[in-house]
Amino acid sequence: MAYSPVLAQITANGEELVDFGRAISAGFAYGLAAIGPGIGIGYLVGQAVQAMARQPEAAGMVRTTMFLGVAFTEALALIGFVVFILLGL
Amino acid sequence: MIPLFIAAEEGGEGGLHFPSIGELVNWPSFWGEGWYALNKIGLICLAATFLTLLLFFLAGRKGALVPRGVQNLVEASVDFIREGIVLQTMGEEGLHKKWIMPFLTSLFWFILFCNIAGIIPPINMPASARMAIPLVLSLIVYVIFNVVGIISQGPISYFKNALFPPGVPIALYILVTPIELVSTFLVRPFSLAVRLFANTLAGHILLVTFGILAYTTLQANLLIVPSILATVMLVLMTGFEVMVAFLQAYIFTILTAVYIGGAMHPEH
Repeated sequence: MAYSPVLAQITANGEELVDFGRAISAGFAYGLAAIGPGIGIGYLVGQAVQAMARQPEAAGMVRTTMFLGVAFTEALALIGFVVFILLGL
Repeated sequence: MIPLFIAAEEGGEGGLHFPSIGELVNWPSFWGEGWYALNKIGLICLAATFLTLLLFFLAGRKGALVPRGVQNLVEASVDFIREGIVLQTMGEEGLHKKWIMPFLTSLFWFILFCNIAGIIPPINMPASARMAIPLVLSLIVYVIFNVVGIISQGPISYFKNALFPPGVPIALYILVTPIELVSTFLVRPFSLAVRLFANTLAGHILLVTFGILAYTTLQANLLIVPSILATVMLVLMTGFEVMVAFLQAYIFTILTAVYIGGAMHPEH
């Protein structure tokens, strides 16, 4: 078996390899989880601002519904953050 | 870049040390051990409970017609929860059930005190950054909205309306019913708890990061500019965390109201 010296060094210590994988995937978990909710919240708040500008008298109702929508959308990013913590521990 | 500079400054030995999450949130117990151990988180929770009681006791003591001071603050919050949360999500019926307003108001104040403890200098630890507190709160909410649904709709029609929403073609129930089952009865309490927990923990980690950055760069004499930048960010983030504390208390309360309101009536 012709390992390269670096790979041989890494595979010699299995725990280090696991830590390496955890660190990489923790970063990816949060980064990827933030994409969708980022787009979603941006679209949601943009539409809510448009609704408020078109009909200022409905602003209170729109704001309540907007916060609800933000809370639901944000949950996905937060689950990504929790995965990040679990992997980071 | 900055850690490299510091390492160079301190002869390659020092450097920026960010604590792991376990170091940030695990507190040793002051008193007792096992299930009755009392640590910082427990003390903050007790303080939050006590402060909420004290606030409402002080506000209700005089009952002045024109509110001033504490009474004004509490009446503003009650008015906000009545107008902004109960009427918007449940309508008039929410006001007729006498327990809903006190429940939501005390929930709001308790979560607010738990969150705001992360910013008050000698404490600097939001109690809701431990999963236990949001989890217990969301389990209470879970039990309450299911019981309200069973009482106000009857057990069979409550589960029938929740699992088989009317107006869906029969063939689609194969798809809809498992989704509704998972999203209403399994994911709902979990996501309610995780939302509060992850927001406060993220804020806490952010403040810790900038605090350590500001302190460590100040220790290394050459790094005045990064230190000032980090301090400015720390102040800005503290302001941001005040907003997040209010917002999360509001969101938890309004979602509770939405869930209870949804359980009282079948979906149309």
